Amino acid sequence: MSINSETNDKENKSGARTHGIDISALDRSDDNIGIEQETISLEVRDLDLFYGESQALKKINIQIPQNRVTAFIGPSGCGKSTLLRCFNRMNDLVDGCRIDGQLMLEGQDIYEKGVNVADLRRRVGMVFQKPNPFPKSIFENVAYGLRIQGVNNRRVLEEAVENALKGAALWDEVKDRLNDNALGLSGGQQQRLVIARAIAVEPEVLLLDEPASALDPISTLKIEELIYELKEKYTIVIVTHNMQQAARVSDYTAFMYIGELVEFGDTNSLFTIPQKKQTEDYITGRYG
Amino acid sequence: MDKSHLGQHISQQFNEELEDIRNRVMAMGGLVERQLEDAIEALTEGNAELGEVVITNDYKVNAMEVAIDEECNQILARRQPAAGDLRLIVAVIKTITDLERIGDLAERVGRMATRLSVENDSKNPKIDMRHLGNHVKQMLHDALDAFARMDVEAAVNVAKQDPQADKEYEGIIRQLITYMMEDPRTITPCIDYIWAARAMERIGDHAGNICEYIVYLVQGKDVRHTSLDQMEKAAHQKRS
Repeated sequence: MSINSETNDKENKSGARTHGIDISALDRSDDNIGIEQETISLEVRDLDLFYGESQALKKINIQIPQNRVTAFIGPSGCGKSTLLRCFNRMNDLVDGCRIDGQLMLEGQDIYEKGVNVADLRRRVGMVFQKPNPFPKSIFENVAYGLRIQGVNNRRVLEEAVENALKGAALWDEVKDRLNDNALGLSGGQQQRLVIARAIAVEPEVLLLDEPASALDPISTLKIEELIYELKEKYTIVIVTHNMQQAARVSDYTAFMYIGELVEFGDTNSLFTIPQKKQTEDYITGRYG
Repeated sequence: MDKSHLGQHISQQFNEELEDIRNRVMAMGGLVERQLEDAIEALTEGNAELGEVVITNDYKVNAMEVAIDEECNQILARRQPAAGDLRLIVAVIKTITDLERIGDLAERVGRMATRLSVENDSKNPKIDMRHLGNHVKQMLHDALDAFARMDVEAAVNVAKQDPQADKEYEGIIRQLITYMMEDPRTITPCIDYIWAARAMERIGDHAGNICEYIVYLVQGKDVRHTSLDQMEKAAHQKRS
């Protein structure tokens, strides 16, 4: 800009002025986070899903990366919960539900004949919108899955329950009353108890269907904080109506609309520079 | 995104808030343009009174910056804008900072005008300074116009004008250096002219910055501290 500014005009190969500082660490590349660099846990290939005559999911293709939080957003009825339920075959329980396509967990198609569904659901745990603890003690709620697996050794159970409750950030609040009825806990505590129950059997994937929508803001934040910690150990897929929540907790976001996957990408890009107009309209509140 | 996209929120009130912010940025831009025009006039016509007016009016520009900043903060807190709306708010916050700086620089030109109005040496760079002043004024005008229309093409064209301003500035400095070498008594007024010329050249840079924010706003690409080529490339990228 000024006279004699030769040093200013030295340009690196990208054309930016460097002022002699190594700026490679500050490089603005668009793909420092990308699905290509991730290990894929779940992969959906050309998935169609029909409830009777009506098609709820149309040719869905998506890869869910391991140890990351993937959020599904979209208006009511867009199929995001339906897709989530495919991951542990919860849709098997719905009459007239038919599925075409492949859904691979660690490279194995979970809809193949001979797949043990109970075992699948141990590997892919699920937590619902409304906390649904069993009318039993806190301890028995968490130990339930292990007991079904035939674990009855008291010491093993105690250790597993403690670890699961710690993992769900609930241990400190309930450690002195493990034998109390779980229904006496608050809504937020119940939801974390249900998460503890899900992680007690050490799943690989955790599916969360609107896990915080029935909770107050503080309990919601606790759940979100928990999700952040849980992704260290588990692959997490979350369905949420709360877009700010998706933006806060997820690494990747998928936007769905009337049974189709419109856009899937890393959360930072999707919420600042969505590639599709439909996505932009939805996340900025112009949909309708 | 284009301009028509702005007013389609489900929330009518949000539409109005964003429209209001845009209008206020335009009003601030208009005021700054006026300040610059007056400052150039004061300097080149030796009008000390007009220079004073520019100096006293600068507080209005500052007040507008603070007010728009606050409105942006409120929108961020209350609406949590995303995507294009978020980029608009970010672009506005940055743009008004540059506009305020342009206001300060216009004030400096006005101040130099009042000091130089007593000089009557025929050897002065006023003609070249008017030319430089008009050049950066046009840049500012076109940048604001591009912002209003969210026109990246126009923004890139404005940014292309900046090297010309730099050249004219260098020419003025060279001219002033010869004056000072010829007659050291002219050093004091010449330094004032240098200040004024420097201010004008900087105004061109700030107008260029605003153009970079427009590319970010429309295309989502941050082109600060990159070359013109890269800016042009980002501006022409298609988005579905």
